[in-house]
Amino acid sequence: METKLEQTSSDEKLEAAFQRLLSPRDPSGNPLGFKSPEAEANYKASINRIHAALQLKESDRVPVCVFPSFFPLTYSGITLQDAMYDYQKCAAAFKKFILDFKPDLQFGAVAPGPGRFFEILDYKLYAWPGHGVSAAHSYQCLEGEYMKAEEYDLLITDPSFYFRNFYLPRVFGALGGFTMLPPLTGILEIYGVAFNFIPYALPPVQNTYKALFEAGAVALEWAGVMGGMDGELATLGYPNILAGFTKAPFDTIGDTLRGTKGIMLDIFRRPEKLLEAMEAITPIMINMGIASAQATGNPLIFIPLHKGADGFLSDDQFKEFYWPTLRKVMMGLIDAGCVPFPAAEGGYNSRLEVIKDLPRGKTIWMFDQTDLIKAKEVVGDTLCIFGNMPSSMLELGTPQEVKEYTKKLIDVVGKGGGFIMANASFFDHAKPENIKAMIDFTKEYGIYK
Amino acid sequence: MSKQLVEAIVDMREEEALKLVREMVDCGSEPMAILDEVREAMDLVGKRYDEGIYYLPELVLAGEMMNQINELVKPKLTMTHEIKRRGKVVIGTVEGDIHDIGKNMVTFMLDVNGFEVLDLGVNVPPQKFIDAIREFQPQVIGLSGFLTLAFDAMKDTIVEITNAGLREKVKIMVGGGQVNDQVKAYAGADAYGKSAMMAVNLAAAWIGE
Repeated sequence: METKLEQTSSDEKLEAAFQRLLSPRDPSGNPLGFKSPEAEANYKASINRIHAALQLKESDRVPVCVFPSFFPLTYSGITLQDAMYDYQKCAAAFKKFILDFKPDLQFGAVAPGPGRFFEILDYKLYAWPGHGVSAAHSYQCLEGEYMKAEEYDLLITDPSFYFRNFYLPRVFGALGGFTMLPPLTGILEIYGVAFNFIPYALPPVQNTYKALFEAGAVALEWAGVMGGMDGELATLGYPNILAGFTKAPFDTIGDTLRGTKGIMLDIFRRPEKLLEAMEAITPIMINMGIASAQATGNPLIFIPLHKGADGFLSDDQFKEFYWPTLRKVMMGLIDAGCVPFPAAEGGYNSRLEVIKDLPRGKTIWMFDQTDLIKAKEVVGDTLCIFGNMPSSMLELGTPQEVKEYTKKLIDVVGKGGGFIMANASFFDHAKPENIKAMIDFTKEYGIYK
Repeated sequence: MSKQLVEAIVDMREEEALKLVREMVDCGSEPMAILDEVREAMDLVGKRYDEGIYYLPELVLAGEMMNQINELVKPKLTMTHEIKRRGKVVIGTVEGDIHDIGKNMVTFMLDVNGFEVLDLGVNVPPQKFIDAIREFQPQVIGLSGFLTLAFDAMKDTIVEITNAGLREKVKIMVGGGQVNDQVKAYAGADAYGKSAMMAVNLAAAWIGE
């Protein structure tokens, strides 16, 4: 009986989240002032379409979304570097992209991030425009062993202490002062408490905090512009229901802590430590998603999936190392009334039987090179499918090819609901007429009768 | 000599493999014989990858074992370990893109399958490929890319190779991320390979046995 009660309560939370989305509020807490009755109708229709698709039901038509990377910038003829330093220009480009193509959802303009902020903190984890790649190119992760193999116990014992004192100073040049700070958990009672605070008098620590104050101010200014854009697009009828993101614990460790080579070796050299570390950070990954949902009032939690794709791990390795903690993260989010939105980059053809072990109608899966016809068969009665117009077709194909591909997906994957027509992977370049063809054709052809 | 070392490497028993090599070196085994066994083991690892038994973790560990064994054996080598190579391949991630996981898998698989590979790394400008064609004289070029910007970078690289009058000298294969046959046609390459093993098959077909 207990499970039944919990189930009901997570259902209710999700239902409440969608009800809130249907009565949007402005930043002062008043009902959102839509620009026109039509904008309000469009906004609510889009929310209802996504809600129905999530629940594997039909609505008035197949919803259609574009979750791009930096395409809105190239479409507006500005570089990533421009967008990172001129927030208004960045917001204007993403807004123009939405208003010109009119998809059901918009996903904000936060991807470029604030350039000054990265400079102040001397962010070394990425090559970014002017810092390792040219102005127009995407930022790209500089993989490395930022966490050493012998540091697993430190991570497992106290992940936050490990991040602050070891990992962050390695990826942010300005955060060196963090290495001198004692654990916060030593601050317990009056006897000796003052000793904990001595490091804050030291110049390297003070310099780190000065950099943090400065970086925080930049981030706040940037977030204000991005939030303003979200609010404006909402009044024009385009909702953003994305709260934030979290990660599969295997990717948290494999992407930026141990690196690909490091984690692949750990599978053989220290499998127990790797498993233990993933368990240790699982609740942190859950809370990361929930916190973003609480901060924004939005339910959708993006989870980019990297190292579990076809070809990376064997089926057994996927089942042992990748899936159990990813599933726990998603279950934790679902229990809190959130909607996990994993993006299965690459192919997930060999994982379909495994990933269908999730509650029905609670997650939206962005598929890239997975065969969606097969996916519909295997996971179509469990997961909502989002995808999968290939980047190559958007950039190199013709509107006719795009329409044919879209038609096939709507006919097969859209049948009975549970499908959101969308791009397959993140892209910076495309022919605008191809994006238009995908969206307009879905709106015209994807009507449920 | 038993095939214990080959088995230890192929079964991913790293500690045992290294222990065996240390013992063999200490007993005065012929370094060439050790390296031949390593080569045999790598060939089997490559086969298991091709058969879908092994994946990235095994390739990474096999590469690590090979490097460590080379370090152990190197001081005992009196002459360079010349092995018969099937042909030469130049590989790199195209300009603007710094992703290398797929490229490294292809490099590894080509190497263990007997090709001499010159890996130019990531973010490789067209001129670097042209210089490498002139100096290294490969029969095959592999262009890797993960991002959509790689479509144009691949095309530009091939255009510049053509303009340098070198297009007829090489076969060009592309792969990685969002690359497929449509991108191959756009870039003007000779073939697209979806996996590291397909890169090996393409190179083998072009170069001949």
